[in-house]
Amino acid sequence: MFRNQYDTDITTYSPQGRLHQVEYAMEAVKQGSAVVGLRSNTHVVMATLKRSASELASHQKKLSVIDDHIGVAIAGLTADARVLSRFMRTECLNHKYVYEEPLALSRLALSVADKCQVSTQRASKRPYGVGLLIAGYDQTGPHLFQTCPSGNYYEYMAMAIGSRSQGAKTYLERTFEQYKDCSLEELTKHAVIALRETVSSSKDTELTSENTAVSIVGKGTKFTIYEDDEVKPYLAAIESDDTEPAADAPPADSTAMTDA
Amino acid sequence: MLGELEGTVVFRELLALFPTSWLERISSHPSSEAAEKTVTMSGFKLTSGSGRFERDANVQSSASGEPIRHTQRPMVTGSSVIAMRCVDGVVIGADTLASYGSMARFRKISRLHKATDMCVVGAGGDLSDFQQLTTMVDKETNRDYCFNDGHGLSPKAIHQYVARVMYNRRNKMDPLWNYVVIAGMQNGDDGEEAKPVLGLVDLVGTHFESEVIATGFGEYLGLPLLRKAYREDITVAEGKKVVEQIMKVLFYRDARTIDRVQIATVTKDGVDMGEPFKLETEWSYKAFVDGARAGDMSTW
Repeated sequence: MFRNQYDTDITTYSPQGRLHQVEYAMEAVKQGSAVVGLRSNTHVVMATLKRSASELASHQKKLSVIDDHIGVAIAGLTADARVLSRFMRTECLNHKYVYEEPLALSRLALSVADKCQVSTQRASKRPYGVGLLIAGYDQTGPHLFQTCPSGNYYEYMAMAIGSRSQGAKTYLERTFEQYKDCSLEELTKHAVIALRETVSSSKDTELTSENTAVSIVGKGTKFTIYEDDEVKPYLAAIESDDTEPAADAPPADSTAMTDA
Repeated sequence: MLGELEGTVVFRELLALFPTSWLERISSHPSSEAAEKTVTMSGFKLTSGSGRFERDANVQSSASGEPIRHTQRPMVTGSSVIAMRCVDGVVIGADTLASYGSMARFRKISRLHKATDMCVVGAGGDLSDFQQLTTMVDKETNRDYCFNDGHGLSPKAIHQYVARVMYNRRNKMDPLWNYVVIAGMQNGDDGEEAKPVLGLVDLVGTHFESEVIATGFGEYLGLPLLRKAYREDITVAEGKKVVEQIMKVLFYRDARTIDRVQIATVTKDGVDMGEPFKLETEWSYKAFVDGARAGDMSTW
């Protein structure tokens, strides 16, 4: 029944020096459907793949607004993500009340990570089973952060988390160097293409306006979510690329993208 | 069993539990004949009919055994702060006196505080409350420094923060007894040019921004002069002269100031706290010389 005798308590180390419960929580993130995020010098774009529990059910939301300038994409336990989202909204609101200025992203990511860490060190708690991509724009420009159940957090140029996110990561690693000077159109196109890498391995699914959502935030742009009909243009943009032989060929340079 | 006891016996037993000073307060109260109509609560007495709050004299004398509320009135105070927002920066000036009542107690203190590289906070009112406030602001800026992430408090953020602190203390009925002036350069969004900012917060949390601000006695004598001197294109160099001139006028007329002042400026190059200096004064004016003895219309 148990994989080993050191995983019933989060605060107990295994002889190998591992905290198994924390690792299981990290595993929960990998079970969630994929989200990708990437940024240029001016904007951060995230693309998410939504799941539905059944044919009759709606698709589970993966993106949420935290403040005018910040939004998150989630992978893992949705209920835990809602708790963290509410925490982040409160943090932003309090900061705005006291300083009349938007909260810096690095500070928000840090406070979320600290909150996650606490639940890896108390016997009465369990780790949050959710990974977040935090995207936003503040005084120091656009930022993309990832937080983990373990309490670690990282800043990225581009990152993907969730199930089969390796495919997206491979695409991002291949092309991220050109994102810096990308236009918003090119950036969203990269995001959707990267997201497609996470579904292409399974034959029965593909990106549709029902299961895809895109978010944009950046200089002069509040955090905005595009889904359903509003996401269609972004899907159409990569479909038109499919006719071009260069579409999936690495590394698709930015000029080729605009021409297509 | 309780039911076997007489009601009055129970009442006496209860009275014995309270300190005797409480009873004295009720009986020795000036309006003791109307004792049932007078309720004493937390330093105020509420008398039915008058509809007004009056300070309970017992509290300040502490004869009642209650604590003296030192913090609810200013003790060591500063007077005016004079500030003007100019086209290329902000000028803020104050004298270096802290009075103890009418005594010129501390003559070489500073009522201007450098909060950040782009912000100066100055205050009139209670000096120890101002020291408390600067400690709180320093705690904020120090925390930002420790984060080392390139984020810091802008002058507007400090203005809002001070307003929150002041309003919070007002709600505790224990205000920080200050008029706080915040002067700084606010960085524009996305590399826009920094803009001068000048704001005020008072002891109840009222906060606003203005092109000219004066507190204390300067609110009466300095503000009209500031408004008269203000132009949209006035420079920091000119503004400094205006502030110095106003400090001089205040020295002639305000009994709670001295002729030693400090004038700080904030420009795009940062904060210049300025060295304290002595005002040049001229006392041979006719009105000064024989004004009082001439029996004229003036109060001099």
